[in-house]
Amino acid sequence: MREIRFTLNGREVSTSAHPMARLIDVLRDEFRMTGVKEGCGEGECGACSILKDGRIVNSCILAVGMIEGAVLETPEGIAATDRGRAINAGYAEAGAVQCGFCMTGMAVATEALLRQNPAPDEHQIRTAISGNLCRCTGYAMIVDGIKRAAIKGSGLW
Amino acid sequence: MVTFHRPVDLAEALQVRAETGAIPLAGGTDLLVRHRNWAGTLPRIDKPVVYVGHLQELRRIDISGNGSGPQMTIGASVTYSELLDHPTTPQLLRDSIIELAAPGLRNVATLAGNICNASPAADAACALYALDAEVELAGPSGRRRLPIAEFITGPGRTALNNDELVTAIHLPPDNSTVKFYKKVGTRRANALSKLSLCACARIVDRTVTEIGIAVGAVAPTIVRDRDIEHHLQNTAPEQLALRIPQTLQQYAELIRPIDDQRSTAEYRKHTALALIEQFLTHELR
Ligand SMILES: Cc1cc2nc3c(=O)[nH]c(=O)nc-3n(C[C@H](O)[C@H](O)[C@H](O)COP(=O)(O)OP(=O)(O)OC[C@H]3O[C@@H](n4cnc5c(N)ncnc54)[C@H](O)[C@@H]3O)c2cc1C
Ligand code: FES
Ligand code: FES
Repeated sequence: MREIRFTLNGREVSTSAHPMARLIDVLRDEFRMTGVKEGCGEGECGACSILKDGRIVNSCILAVGMIEGAVLETPEGIAATDRGRAINAGYAEAGAVQCGFCMTGMAVATEALLRQNPAPDEHQIRTAISGNLCRCTGYAMIVDGIKRAAIKGSGLW
Repeated sequence: MVTFHRPVDLAEALQVRAETGAIPLAGGTDLLVRHRNWAGTLPRIDKPVVYVGHLQELRRIDISGNGSGPQMTIGASVTYSELLDHPTTPQLLRDSIIELAAPGLRNVATLAGNICNASPAADAACALYALDAEVELAGPSGRRRLPIAEFITGPGRTALNNDELVTAIHLPPDNSTVKFYKKVGTRRANALSKLSLCACARIVDRTVTEIGIAVGAVAPTIVRDRDIEHHLQNTAPEQLALRIPQTLQQYAELIRPIDDQRSTAEYRKHTALALIEQFLTHELR
């Protein structure tokens, strides 16, 4: 079967997975990107968020054949950058992490937001994370964490 | 096992479609959710799939001007996010997209997918009814164009033939001076509508010259009635106010909602009529 090529966290990679395989499965099982979490499996919770060509998408409802040639970034790729470290520090300072299940997806949503808008207001932050569900925090601490991340990482985006 | 086609251009996509009857796949946010399967397994689709989301011919937004304003041609594979980024997107469509799903969905999902899915609760489709959109289709015998209300023929049913693809959505110039969008859902993001109202009107020199009212999720297809609208046109807002009771009665005949997990028929009917009344009394002035 034909290989499907794409860029994953800056590396050129390819997979021989079936093109209709779910991207989330290929990322987790073949590429060991277990920061990509499965919550609902139907596009509602954002736990499986990644960046595709710089924009946030849900990897549980994408088939791998759809992302041929795309540039993908997972939570692992983002965490390894200065921006990712600023996001983590902002969240930690705000006490925004409880069980942590939603956090990798939230970090991806945060990175997607700050890339487009390095100084977002509260409304823009809430819109950016509107597809990411958190069962623990009630969101206020997450919004606070994102504000702190934007300040800590000021100049990085 | 399901076959996946990734054609290089529209011509090849149409050929695959004609030869195999493959199901078109754009953003996949309806199709892949409908056919979802267990983690680690392939989706359950009994036909081949032809991916069209990447086709350059379908990824364009073209603006052409005629005297009365910009006309928009939206390629079938243009995403909602790209429409939000485009300065010409009419406000009513913009309002419907802002409340549709969430950023991760809007970055992949398409207008074409929304209308082909033909749900009576499709939010962007509702705005397209009010905006007089036309759907362009391509097939082995060439291209044809249908008004959206003729393209959608029933719940989950469209006029699309097995060998055709939607190629574009055409929007005439938006000359409305009043726009009103209300989506009633359970929460802001990622919730399907209990009902929605998309309405626009043009008021010139204190006369309502044009009016378009579309109501979603209250009947088997989105409701828009040109006869009722006709009776409201070319009147001053205060004259129009006198016709409201009769108008609401006419809409009450057309609004035949159902009970489902999102809402009850009674609530939907009551709220839809209240929203129409709000539009006619408070917005048209
Ligand atoms: C979590 C979640 C929230 C959602 N919220 C909303 C909401 O608030 N409001 C709303 O209206 N919808 C909502 N939806 C539904 C869905 O996202 C939209 O209907 C979307 O516009 C579908 O577009 P798509 O490109 O993903 O379609 P796809 O899933 O790719 O396709 C949908 C249908 O269109 C057909 N199709 C696609 N492109 C073509 C073409 N070019 N020619 C012919 N046929 C074609 C496919 O064969 C399929 O039958 C939601 C979905 C999810 C998963
Ligand atoms: S697991 Fe993908 S959105 Fe929930
Ligand atoms: S911290 Fe538990 S789901 Fe968000």
